[in-house]
Amino acid sequence: MLGSFAVLRKQSLLGDAISHAALPGIAIAFLITGAKDTNTLLLGALISGLVGTFWIQGIISKTHLKSDTALGLILSLFFGFGMLLLTYIQKQPNANQAGLDKYLFGQAATLVESDVWLMSIVTGICLLVLLLFWKEFKILLFDADYTKTLGFNTKFIDILITTFIVLAIVLGLQTVGVVLMSAMLLAPAAAARQWTNSLSMMVFLAAIFGAFSGVFGTAISASQNNLSTGPVIVIVAGIFVLISFVFSPGRGLLFKQIRFIKNRRDLKLHKTLAFMYHIAKTHEDISHPHTIKILNNFQGYTKGTLQKLVDKRYVKLESGNWSLTNEGYKTAANLYNQQSENNE
Amino acid sequence: MKNKIAVQVDDLTVAYNYKPVLWDIDLEIPEGVLMAIVGPNGAGKSTLIKSILGILKPIAGSVAIYGKPYDKQRSLVAYVPQKGSVDWDFPTTALDVVMMGTYGSLGWIKRPGQKEKKAALEALEKVGMLSFKNRQISQLSGGQQQRIFLARALVQNASIYFMDEPFQGVDATTEIAIINILKELRKAGKTVIVVHHDLQTVPEYFDWVTFLNVKKIATGPVKDIFNDDNLTKTYGINYKVVVSD
Ligand SMILES: Nc1ncnc2c1ncn2[C@@H]1O[C@H](COP(=O)(O)OP(=O)(O)OP(=O)(O)O)[C@@H](O)[C@H]1O
Ligand SMILES: [Mg+2]
Repeated sequence: MLGSFAVLRKQSLLGDAISHAALPGIAIAFLITGAKDTNTLLLGALISGLVGTFWIQGIISKTHLKSDTALGLILSLFFGFGMLLLTYIQKQPNANQAGLDKYLFGQAATLVESDVWLMSIVTGICLLVLLLFWKEFKILLFDADYTKTLGFNTKFIDILITTFIVLAIVLGLQTVGVVLMSAMLLAPAAAARQWTNSLSMMVFLAAIFGAFSGVFGTAISASQNNLSTGPVIVIVAGIFVLISFVFSPGRGLLFKQIRFIKNRRDLKLHKTLAFMYHIAKTHEDISHPHTIKILNNFQGYTKGTLQKLVDKRYVKLESGNWSLTNEGYKTAANLYNQQSENNE
Repeated sequence: MKNKIAVQVDDLTVAYNYKPVLWDIDLEIPEGVLMAIVGPNGAGKSTLIKSILGILKPIAGSVAIYGKPYDKQRSLVAYVPQKGSVDWDFPTTALDVVMMGTYGSLGWIKRPGQKEKKAALEALEKVGMLSFKNRQISQLSGGQQQRIFLARALVQNASIYFMDEPFQGVDATTEIAIINILKELRKAGKTVIVVHHDLQTVPEYFDWVTFLNVKKIATGPVKDIFNDDNLTKTYGINYKVVVSD
């Protein structure tokens, strides 16, 4: 759901950076408290995720590095540091450590009821804030400079959006893990964008796709013993994206291709019909038969198109001659009018 | 008649990196003029407008709108950004974009209602885009997108309008339609400031002009200062325009 905003901000990598940046937070929280209580660890993840994000934005606005560079920098820095800490923890003679690496690849199976509650509450809050600041989010994403001139505090809106993206990521970490989190954030949004042209619909669909992938993925991995949940969820989400890119009407590849072929075929048909119309117009009787050979002079004419015209009952064929039917004549006349209207 | 100062800029200096792109600009724009800002590419025209509107923070200088700081006078000012500054693939409709012009007066959280919608529809009508109101903005032509931006500014019902190249990439019909709207605004006592590239049409469209190239070269009534001398100073080459009386 919140992924929609990341996609529209063209900051797709941001999700990646944030989830990687969250890792040292988890490790540090573990080192300090020694517990593997989920809430504590997630708080650590949240803090380091936020720190990472605001560093990235700071780097972009203060230096002249491109945003990709800044993202990459922070991503590898935090992730490296996080891995270092994890290895260190692993070497300690401490039985508690075992649970930490689930944050790398995620493990939905280890979720307990309180985790689910926490997720639901935070999702609820996100939803509320989203509804409340809908107008502000929308205008900031579309035209940030203009938003500023209207007197909105764009920094505040920006921080709000970013905070919620980070929050969503951190919560998802338990389920799909650091490595695949950004895919989970972006896939539903990218899929949703294919199906709709309205922002509210896009956010709504993204939420549905996301929830579906979660449920399906968990179900599949539960039915097969050795599949871990996180990757399966992400694959399901990926399938949504694939289907959307190919099949969505309007933006999908398949429909674009079909539309293209259909247009081209229609055009050929129309051209032939128009040509016949011009010949027929010169005669009193519109259905006066003409030899097919005339058509051979006309570029774009094929037997196939002629047959189609016959099928549509626009044209009659008789012993090497063709003649326009009344219907064909009318259609052609209309075509002609439409053409000249379009040219105006 | 022209004595009230709508926009006053003092000692404005702006830099993105180290080298200032605007240097010590002083500018007084009287109320009720239709003013062109002219200058070569990279002269700092967009930068000047953005700095006046508080989008960019200048290193030095100040801006006053009717004698008060811009922050206090925002509601009097409307902005039409350069068309290329936004992502037109954003999932929204023409009407929705025009409605954004009402967000400023609505303030935080409050949603636009019937009154705002009516205002937006009227603005769309004024720019001749009413029949496109539900059209996806990505499916509009460049000239149509430009009209939508204009409509969004009209909805703000401001006293001063800043427009960054509203004639960029529009055909002759749209250009005339836009200029007529601008002239109407002036007739209603509004002040309109337009970044303009077509020097030939300056005398025909505008009554006030500012020459800019990093520094301010000249500013004043078109009939007094729109001459080869100032054009040469601004563009650096010998410029000859035919100024029809
Ligand atoms: N975001 C930015 N970062 C760094 N330099 C910038 C930035 N935007 C503009 N500049 C530089 O500032 C100078 C003025 O740019 P500006 O966009 O104000 O010019 P302009 O007069 O509007 O030009 P045009 O006619 O091409 O629109 C240029 O030299 C440009 O390279
Ligand atoms: Mg510019």
